[in-house]
Amino acid sequence: MRVAVVVFPGSNCERDVADVLHDLGAETHLVWHRETDLTGFDGVVLPGGFAHGDALRTGAIARFSPVMAEVARLAAVGAPVLGICNGFQILCEAGLLPGAFIANRDLAFICRFVEVEVADTGTFLTAGTRLGSVLRIPLNSYEGNWVDPTGQGRIVLRYVDDPNGSQAGAAAVASAEGNVVGVMPHPERASDPLLGSDDGLVLLSGFLGAPVPV
Amino acid sequence: MKVTVVINRRPEIADPEGTTVRRALHELGFTEVAEVRMDRVIHLDVDDDDQDRVRDRVDVMCSRLLANPVLEDYLVVLG
Repeated sequence: MRVAVVVFPGSNCERDVADVLHDLGAETHLVWHRETDLTGFDGVVLPGGFAHGDALRTGAIARFSPVMAEVARLAAVGAPVLGICNGFQILCEAGLLPGAFIANRDLAFICRFVEVEVADTGTFLTAGTRLGSVLRIPLNSYEGNWVDPTGQGRIVLRYVDDPNGSQAGAAAVASAEGNVVGVMPHPERASDPLLGSDDGLVLLSGFLGAPVPV
Repeated sequence: MKVTVVINRRPEIADPEGTTVRRALHELGFTEVAEVRMDRVIHLDVDDDDQDRVRDRVDVMCSRLLANPVLEDYLVVLG
């Protein structure tokens, strides 16, 4: 499986997620955000960081990067599209996921392990998990407070103890079809017992098992 | 032409920063402040004097980039 990991100016988690997906068996490539052709890639990851310095709003400028037309095309054909943290914010700004992000409820930058509970096993991210199982994954964000005025967003993971005010405790959200998923905590940072948890591996493994569009 | 754009988060959407500023005002004794909303003001200097065209184009700028339609409304003031 060939996976593109997009690098925006200000991305800072691209190598982590590319390394973990590579170790799990994927062929991963870092792709600059000005790329206009993702032909030959089976899936795409928008990694964490601070694309364009979070100017205006998180993800507001990154959503217009040239590569985003290709991300939308892959999403439309059913390929797995994963946004982690800032990548999740970009997918919301791009309209590929519902809702938007505001500052954490207590205005604190939260950087610690959190527990999340699987609320939907029907997406590639959670295909290897059981409903209700609890995973321990690091959160690292200031604007992780997801708001969905429609109330219709498909919630994939929920915080056990909502740290940031996110609506319905959402920690991960999917498109209606389930092939576009955003996750606010960082599964790539929970990829080895040495890091304090390897609970993220079951999530990222799902990326490799995702159906590949013809 | 100078253009001012006011971006405001819709009233039903939480404003954690405004809540924090309100709390600080209360601690300073300004307890009459019932609510604080931290709107954003953007000043544009546009190389065009056609009011209708400027208004139309700034409207598109707002809906495409400057405001997030999920959370925010905006007001455009010319001149």
